[in-house]
Amino acid sequence: MLEVRDIYGGYGGVDILNGVSLTVKPGEMVVIIGPNGAGKSTVMKAVFGLVKVREGTISFEEKEITNLLPNEVTQRSICYVPQTENIFPTLTIAENLDMGAFIRNDDYSHQVEMVYELFPILREKRRLPAGSLSGGQRQMVAMGRALMLEPRLLLLDEPTAGLAPAIVEDMFAMIKKINDLGVSILMVEQNAKHALGMADRGYVLTTGQNRIDDTGPNLLNNREVAEMFLGG
Amino acid sequence: MEGLAGYLIPFVTFAGIYAVLSLGLNMQWGLTGLFNIGIVAFAGAGAYTSALLTRNPSDIFLLGLGLPFPVGLLGAMLVAAILALFVGWITIRLRADYLAIATIGIGEIVRLVLKNEGWLTNGVRGLDRIDRPIIPRGDYGSNLVYMIVVLLLVLAVYLLFERARRSPWGRVLRAVRDNELTAMAAGKNVVSYRLQAFVLGAAVMGLAGALWGHFVGFISPEAFMPMQITFLTWVMLIAGGSGNNKGAILGAVVIWTIWSSSQILTGYLPNELATQAGAIRMLLVGVMLILVLLYRSEGLLSEGHQREQDIRRQRESGG
Amino acid sequence: MAEILQLLIFGVVLGSILALGAVGLSLVYGILRFAHFAHGDLMTLGAYFALTLIVSLQLPFFLALPVSAAATILVALLADKLVYRPLRRTQPVILLIASVGIALILRSAIQLIWGSRVHTYGQGIQMPYRIADITIKPDHILIVVGSIALITAMHFFLKNTKIGKAMRAMSDNRDLAQVTGIDTDRIILWTWGIGILLASCGGMFLALDTQLHPVIGWRLLLPIFAAAILGGIGRPYGAIAGGLVIGLAQELSTLAISPAYKPAVAFALMVVVLIVRPKGIFAGRSI
Repeated sequence: MLEVRDIYGGYGGVDILNGVSLTVKPGEMVVIIGPNGAGKSTVMKAVFGLVKVREGTISFEEKEITNLLPNEVTQRSICYVPQTENIFPTLTIAENLDMGAFIRNDDYSHQVEMVYELFPILREKRRLPAGSLSGGQRQMVAMGRALMLEPRLLLLDEPTAGLAPAIVEDMFAMIKKINDLGVSILMVEQNAKHALGMADRGYVLTTGQNRIDDTGPNLLNNREVAEMFLGG
Repeated sequence: MEGLAGYLIPFVTFAGIYAVLSLGLNMQWGLTGLFNIGIVAFAGAGAYTSALLTRNPSDIFLLGLGLPFPVGLLGAMLVAAILALFVGWITIRLRADYLAIATIGIGEIVRLVLKNEGWLTNGVRGLDRIDRPIIPRGDYGSNLVYMIVVLLLVLAVYLLFERARRSPWGRVLRAVRDNELTAMAAGKNVVSYRLQAFVLGAAVMGLAGALWGHFVGFISPEAFMPMQITFLTWVMLIAGGSGNNKGAILGAVVIWTIWSSSQILTGYLPNELATQAGAIRMLLVGVMLILVLLYRSEGLLSEGHQREQDIRRQRESGG
Repeated sequence: MAEILQLLIFGVVLGSILALGAVGLSLVYGILRFAHFAHGDLMTLGAYFALTLIVSLQLPFFLALPVSAAATILVALLADKLVYRPLRRTQPVILLIASVGIALILRSAIQLIWGSRVHTYGQGIQMPYRIADITIKPDHILIVVGSIALITAMHFFLKNTKIGKAMRAMSDNRDLAQVTGIDTDRIILWTWGIGILLASCGGMFLALDTQLHPVIGWRLLLPIFAAAILGGIGRPYGAIAGGLVIGLAQELSTLAISPAYKPAVAFALMVVVLIVRPKGIFAGRSI
């Protein structure tokens, strides 16, 4: 479904990605892990058009999307949840969802319902400004916003970063639920162990290059990976 | 020949005065990143101070100490510096756009004071009979001598500021301009450095104002056309290359040439339009400002060019 | 006592006009991210367009208002397209300087087209209302009611329409707005539209209350910025309060100091706020 082929690119002429490849098949949950600075978020931003790809191609559903603008990528049914500053703080939860659906011209109330079903607490607080919510709730709003266009592929950049451990579990459960609904997910995560436990496949990136890739369970049992990330 | 000299000498003199203003603004903006839209406040304060110090008292307006020309200039610089110290102490910590508004405010307040405190400034009637050193106005050679004085001062300010720019002090200023946090982390008192640059730049603006007053012989709150002085100087600095002392002077000369040409052209306008000459020229300033931003925001002599020269100079001297 | 009440009335009138300017300024600042120094001169332009409509074309004030506003908005959009748009990616200070250039061009064009002498809308002598020792001109009531109406309309727009919400979203987080697929160019056009609608009406109200000459808007720029900063720049609702505070402060200050220094009052208040509470006196509250 998503094919990233050997891409090079970065910010301001300096390459962070030095030949990265990955794929996501329909319905899969794929995780990218790796040390800081490895280029994990950068790959995702390159897919979404926020980072310039100098060499290599990215294609989605057989069509090339390399270096398209973010709003063009969104129109192809790929939605992105940034790691930080991913909500509109002075807008209410309901209005945040409205913004997610901005480019839709049809009645999207069924999608709003779906999001509230996924995250019941948001329904309760829907008239409150999103900036007044806790970290975990804000993440929910961010993800809900991205789901409003009913994307076929969801890009999540470290969804559990900065969240209290108790909430991390719940967050992963919710992400799994989204995946179960049929949305393919490409996720960057620091919480490698947990993420790999859920994922179909994973990619380990170091210094802008592929290091290892395998299925989720295999990576969990991989000694090298264990030493690097899973705390031994 | 007489006619040409008669035109050229004032032209060069004004260009020189504006060059001093540009050098002052370059110290504040180009070197330190301080956005001053209140240039006219410091120039005006300098002009009035020098006038009041050097004038002989007349029957109409009594204030005037009759002191010599150099005292007038020094006084102008001092008063402008003190004003800048006061303003800067309040506002120097502000972000660029807030500082801009604050300096407009200062410009306005100084203008209001000059207009309303008649006991000090003679209000809208202004101060006249501001004389020149060495050869009084009207006598043969006065213009030429004055022009030479101005040019010498331009040279002096340029050399001083170039020295300052290349000194360790200048390097700290540029570091502060480019990345305040890093400079602070290196233990530099950012506020103090910025204030020094602001005050120094303002003192030089005061000098320019004083030179203006002595050249023209008459100053008033309106004659000090804030729009023209403040914005022409900005156009000059941007056009010539902000961050760059040579560029400041070059920009002053180029833009003053364009401006003077426009003054000649509007002089040829039929009478009904001639009264609008001021508006036409203000339009010109606005258009120049925008053109220079759209097409030349690095300036004729860019900062990069200057730095290359500095590096080459360092290398050659074995530094 | 009567004198204070009278000054309060003047203060509210001036404050309403300042609020109209400051709200627009805050909108532009929040969404376009720069200090728009041509705002005052666009107010002047609105007032002058109305002058032509009222005096030359004999339109009543109520009709001149929307027509003039539309014309002023078009001018602002033209400036955006020709000057601000190419400079969108540069530092905010560059845009600030560019807007200064636009301001100069507008002011000189106004002077060239309409001349530099003073004009009025020629509405004739009005019979003021007298209550106790206070006089209220009918125009004052028009200005205050008109300002309330305009701002209420804007509030409704921001709160309930899709574009209005998108404007608030862009003001909150411009990058996320782009990520979400919001058409930021279109939102910018609407921002100019609403901001300049308010500004041009403010200019017309000002001319109605006082007189027309080419620098009335520029003279108001400092108090308007002060009002916007007081309310927290980028926060339209704060700007309303800021406008009223500055207006009242300026008028009440005449009890103690010479009226010639009224702009200094706005400036002093602004500096105090910038030093003590740079986020504005309403910091901590949302739009």
